[in-house]
Amino acid sequence: MHIHKYEKWWLTFGITCLVVFLSIVGFSAFHAGAHPPSAQVYINQEHVDEIAPFDNPGVRKVEGEEWDYEVVVVAAAFMYTPNEFEVPLGSKVKFIATTKDVVHGFQIAGTNINMMLEPGYVSEFVTTVDKPGEFLILCNEYCGVGHTAMSAKLKVVDPDEKREQQ
Amino acid sequence: MKNANSSKQDGRTAAGIILKKSFLTQGLKTEKRETVDRRDAKLAMAHIYVAMTALLLGGLAGLVQVMVRSGQFQLPFGIGYYQVLTVHGILLGLILTTFFIFGFQISAVSRTAGTLSDKQRFWGWTGFSVMTAGTIMAAVMVLLNEASVLYTFYAPLMAHWIFYLGLAFVVVGSWIGAFAQIARYAQWKRENGKQPGPLLSFMVVVNNLMWVICSIGVAVAVLFQFLPWSLGLVERIDVLMSRTLFWYFGHPLVYFWLLPAYMVWYTIIPKIIGGKIFSDSLARLSFLLFLLFSIPVGFHHQLTEPGIDAFWKFLQVVLTFMVVIPSLMTAFAMFATFESVGRAKGATGLFSFFKKLPWDDVRFVVPFIGMVAFIPAGAGGIINASHQMNQVIHNTIWVTGHFHLTVATTVVLTFFGAMYWLIPHLTGRKLTPKLNRLGIIQGIVWTVGMSIMSGAMHIVGLMGAPRRSNFSTYGGSEQAAEWVPYQLAQAVGGTILFIGIVLIIYIFLQLAFFAPKGVQEYPVAEVSEGAQQTPMFLENWKMWITICVALILLAYTIPFIDMMQNGPPGSVGYKLW
Ligand code: HEM
Ligand SMILES: [Cu+2]
Ligand SMILES: [Cu+2]
Repeated sequence: MHIHKYEKWWLTFGITCLVVFLSIVGFSAFHAGAHPPSAQVYINQEHVDEIAPFDNPGVRKVEGEEWDYEVVVVAAAFMYTPNEFEVPLGSKVKFIATTKDVVHGFQIAGTNINMMLEPGYVSEFVTTVDKPGEFLILCNEYCGVGHTAMSAKLKVVDPDEKREQQ
Repeated sequence: MKNANSSKQDGRTAAGIILKKSFLTQGLKTEKRETVDRRDAKLAMAHIYVAMTALLLGGLAGLVQVMVRSGQFQLPFGIGYYQVLTVHGILLGLILTTFFIFGFQISAVSRTAGTLSDKQRFWGWTGFSVMTAGTIMAAVMVLLNEASVLYTFYAPLMAHWIFYLGLAFVVVGSWIGAFAQIARYAQWKRENGKQPGPLLSFMVVVNNLMWVICSIGVAVAVLFQFLPWSLGLVERIDVLMSRTLFWYFGHPLVYFWLLPAYMVWYTIIPKIIGGKIFSDSLARLSFLLFLLFSIPVGFHHQLTEPGIDAFWKFLQVVLTFMVVIPSLMTAFAMFATFESVGRAKGATGLFSFFKKLPWDDVRFVVPFIGMVAFIPAGAGGIINASHQMNQVIHNTIWVTGHFHLTVATTVVLTFFGAMYWLIPHLTGRKLTPKLNRLGIIQGIVWTVGMSIMSGAMHIVGLMGAPRRSNFSTYGGSEQAAEWVPYQLAQAVGGTILFIGIVLIIYIFLQLAFFAPKGVQEYPVAEVSEGAQQTPMFLENWKMWITICVALILLAYTIPFIDMMQNGPPGSVGYKLW
């Protein structure tokens, strides 16, 4: 099959870019561990409230893990429990969430913390919170009439500033 | 019985009449196959009537959505926002596209491979009727508020079983219609021995193959998961499995929309601008690459989901990006065609050939806008499919902005551009200079409206505003307050777009019923003289289908086994609207 000379150049250029691009994506995924949330943890969605850690949702400091804090959230139509939490700026946080009924989203607006919550599955994402302020957490997967009523608040506070204020 | 008889009697088709007429007026010899048989034209038009009805009603829903999302307007009579959005997604994403594509493809096969046999046409009508019946079933359930589950119908939200049955009808009907088109191509091959089939018909066959292979996924989900579950025969549904089957279908679905636009670009635009097809073999090869790399990639819609190992997500991300290759080939072919036409018309400078293109011909200008829109659309797509960057935009309204560029601009404008010759050709009328001018205005209106709406969606999506969401202040959140100006901009852009829809419906009615009677050419370009013989391995269907299935098995087998073995017991249904 005949391929024009310029088309060969064009395809060579394009495919080279593609290989470079995919290598960068692959490197940051497998070497730097920047994978999207892909936990394979299962739970009985009808008994979420009785199963740890969801029997006691909220923020807790942890020792001996790669992260400093765990934020445990339970979603159900149409609310998050708890609906307000606070973590110190610069800390490494593991977000752990699940749903008791239909599929919901867990998105912290203006950040890359964004995961689907599906019945029977636990979603997890570890990240360092490096932007101070108050962030809106919202459901970004249609779940019924109350979909846009479903929100919560994350406060990322600078520990130094907080001490000064007190 | 009666029908079959009468159609046989006037076997002296529109084509026959045209033949004489052009012979008299121009003294030219017109080959009979250059027109679509009147009976095939009717079948094609039936599809397009449904498509245009869907466009009008779906467009109205779109207008309502931008108004509601601006925060300035509330829905009357207890109509729900998500009910409206379900209507919009189904009518425009599924019905408009599928029906228009089938109408166009039937005409394309009839035009290039030859008139359908009575049997093929019968199956064409059967497919059409089954699809239309399914559409009506689903529509009635949505209107009764029994199915406000959006066009993706994610479990465990549970709609009325008639809604799912309607969807099954649409899919099965489309298989019947697709096989009728493929059968005509097979007949051509039988009659013409060992030579490559007509390019445009070949492309139709590839698109239909892709459609059938991918829609098996959604058919399995509907028939074996959603129907038994909504009928109460089983209590639970495997949520992740149903979503995976949906997206196994959902991504090739977007290529099923795009490939007919590419058919117009590859085979029809060159004729309109007075050129030839750049390379027949490369055109075929790029379509086959789309077939291979459109299906084993659904996980890029599920990147943020639990229960799927990150390795398999990444593998599908890599496969997703393989479509870059046929896309680059398509871009090259377009530029090469434009350049050789411009040069033949005397252009000399590096880019001056652009000036020589027919900028006053709606059949070229409107699809051309569609091509240009694909540049930012494709760039956005690269972000969406990137393993990690996806988390920034997943389920934000950025995504909505993205596919209003891809499907609602690139694809739709190419279809609109095709209507200016397709509709009058099928109805025995002629495109008038007045409609030509109005058509260009329509294209500009669409471009302006879409730039504003889609631009605002992209920006505010990056700020975190979600898609599929009614207006909300999110409890007085400061972040949500910053989104409001962009939502107002979306309302402005969306209103302009709706004017574009009214214009195109007016133009369609003119072309179909009121334009002067005459003969409008169905333009199909020839291959350029220098081109080499098309190699026969491109028609080795067994080989291509085997590779296609092998890639699907590679990408899906292990994650699927994982879901079956380790997945949770499943979910009962909820009706939360
Ligand atoms: C008047 C023109 C149009 C307007 C104003 C419009 C507006 C919108 C808006 C605002 C949304 C997002 C709503 C939300 O997520 O809350 C949307 C979604 C959508 N639009 Fe359009 N649109 C128009 C035309 C089209 C066309 C021509 C197509 C397809 C060819 C299309 C396909 C879709 C699809 C598939 C969705 C997704 C629905 C879903 O998320 O369930 N739209 N449209
Ligand atoms: Cu929701
Ligand atoms: Cu996709």
